[in-house]
Amino acid sequence: MIDVSLQALAAQAFTGLVLGGILVLLAIGLSLIFGLMAVVNFAHGSLYMLGAYFGFFVLGLTRSYWAALILAPIMVGIVGLVIERFLMRPLYGRSPDDALLLTFGLSFVLIEAVKLVWGKMGLTFDPPKAFAGAMNLGFMSFPVYRLFILAVTIVVLVALWFFLEKTNVGLIVRAGTRDPLMVRALGIDLGRIWWLVFGLGVAMAGLAGVLAGPLRGVYADMGLEMIIESFVVVVVGGMGSLPGAIVAGLLIGEVVSLTTFFAPKLAEIVVFLVMALVLLVRPSGLFGEAGLAE
Amino acid sequence: MIDRRTFLTGTIGAAAVMACPAVLRAQGSPIRIGFPLPLTGPFDWIAADQQKGAQLAMDVLNAKGGALGRKVEVLFRDDELKPAVGAQRTKELIENQNVEFIVGGLAAHVQMAINEQAKKANKIFISISQSDEISAKPDSGPLTFHEALNPTITGRSVGAWAVKNVGKKWWIVYADYAWGKQNNAVFTDVVQKNGGTVLGSTPYPLGKPEFSTHLPKIQAARPEVLLAAVPGNDAVAFMKQAISFGLKQQTKIVWPLHFVDLAKTVGIDAFADTYGGTSFYWELQDSVPEAKHYVEAFTKKFNRPPDSYSGYGYSGIMEVARGIELAKSTNSDAVATALLNNPSYAHYKTKQWWRKCDRKAFQDLWIVKGRQQLKGEWGYFDVVSKVAADEALDRTCGEKGYA
Repeated sequence: MIDVSLQALAAQAFTGLVLGGILVLLAIGLSLIFGLMAVVNFAHGSLYMLGAYFGFFVLGLTRSYWAALILAPIMVGIVGLVIERFLMRPLYGRSPDDALLLTFGLSFVLIEAVKLVWGKMGLTFDPPKAFAGAMNLGFMSFPVYRLFILAVTIVVLVALWFFLEKTNVGLIVRAGTRDPLMVRALGIDLGRIWWLVFGLGVAMAGLAGVLAGPLRGVYADMGLEMIIESFVVVVVGGMGSLPGAIVAGLLIGEVVSLTTFFAPKLAEIVVFLVMALVLLVRPSGLFGEAGLAE
Repeated sequence: MIDRRTFLTGTIGAAAVMACPAVLRAQGSPIRIGFPLPLTGPFDWIAADQQKGAQLAMDVLNAKGGALGRKVEVLFRDDELKPAVGAQRTKELIENQNVEFIVGGLAAHVQMAINEQAKKANKIFISISQSDEISAKPDSGPLTFHEALNPTITGRSVGAWAVKNVGKKWWIVYADYAWGKQNNAVFTDVVQKNGGTVLGSTPYPLGKPEFSTHLPKIQAARPEVLLAAVPGNDAVAFMKQAISFGLKQQTKIVWPLHFVDLAKTVGIDAFADTYGGTSFYWELQDSVPEAKHYVEAFTKKFNRPPDSYSGYGYSGIMEVARGIELAKSTNSDAVATALLNNPSYAHYKTKQWWRKCDRKAFQDLWIVKGRQQLKGEWGYFDVVSKVAADEALDRTCGEKGYA
């Protein structure tokens, strides 16, 4: 009896770990943009949705999942660059509420635009044959595609870490996060860096979207629920903190999974309970720095 | 050789002459029917189907000269799947557009709000989506008609059939809101009454398509049947994830309702060998003459066969027209009385009738099974059984609060 429930618990914990990995991928772009630009990008969910649709589009054109996986995030990133250049930039220096309202409205514009182009009914695409089905892990059988998403998430995180810690541009990004005025005083065009980082953060939303397509289906409203999850992860981890987003994503994944096992009705509430508790003890989130959000 | 302009003028003239008798017959101001429905939101694809049915009904009626010699005009309004908006739109339709009747509504909570407005204005409301409360006290009024199936009838029909034909050991996954909870309750009851057991049931938050944390536990319980009370886009995610966990190899999946549009989205492979109930499936045209007529007209107009909810929209509008002709009046009280005194009708499928005490429509429903091979472009299902219309499948009028 105990063996069985231990095995079930292990299965549940592993499921939670992989779910956490997906949450990290969803939240990391949001956190990146906020960290540098102090902009809460409400359109993140809709750009995630756009990634899934672009993935569907590229897949239809090329019949290659790999092409979709690489091209769709780039396409979404380009949309992000356009948004930053022509919509966000005029708002810098104004109240942060303006950027928030802009991205909030933009998210609905994107949803309706997608419905005009691809129709109201959702779409679907399948993972490559090699990733279909489940793999026997000994204590449970687990979908191969979810393991693949976890692997992609790890690769992306390592690449992002390398970019931020080991490259010159990354150095400027980090410096810009800490003291934008000083960086400007050194003669660095921070506007270009913001532009690139916004595009990068948005491209990561697009990547999460392509990856989620075969998992959750592709439909215009798919970003609405996801944006709430991502915000919880970013807030719990600490606004703008990348390690925070990783730890918080995994934490929330486990909390959801284990609560679902014992009391599925509570799974939704417990996430917000965790958020409230973390904020009570650490008002800036687990890894947040006081004052960054002001 | 006639040039294009001459040809056009001639054609239009001829068309006008030919249309003349109908125009003369349909004199007077049109009879207006208000039709609130969620044209935007997560169920917009079902609403689009309902709307097509109503548009077709309008065409068919007006081609025959309308009702009482007046044209029939259906005014569609987007209720955004929100009760407050539904109430507002219905009020506007009644007060500003002078509609005489209300047909429409999708989702239990929105049709309640629509119904309240129709009740206040003493107008007939024919509800065309699932709800147990809409035909029960205290929500139902003397002019509230319910054309669609409800969770009780669907659950009892599909549940009883599936316990006998698919498996005895069940697990239920349901969206944690009114419709899902009603399905959970009705199916749990009917499975047990028919000698099956419900090993467990799992609620999940509506609109949150992540099932990975639920699936290991369900799989470990090894149910023979998994009931998925999972609506709309969540269903796509549910099927994909259930399959990726390998659930379909050991468990048969049953839905309260199957939709052709959903099967098309999820894909034939995922829907293969799953069971569901339906108020209408277009291949019924092979065996039901009224269905043949309806499916042909629908396909001609929209270039695709109907899904199930367009039938409700079509039948709802046709019933208003039938009532008007019977009553020789557009007064809602007179039309309601006429319909209840002549309760049988068959606009698009087998015979239906109104039960006098609760103004609920009784109708056949069918159990369909996902095919392994798509037949043509839209042939996703095999019809495996018919559950004949039967008032005993619903709660009695006593149970619904009618003395």
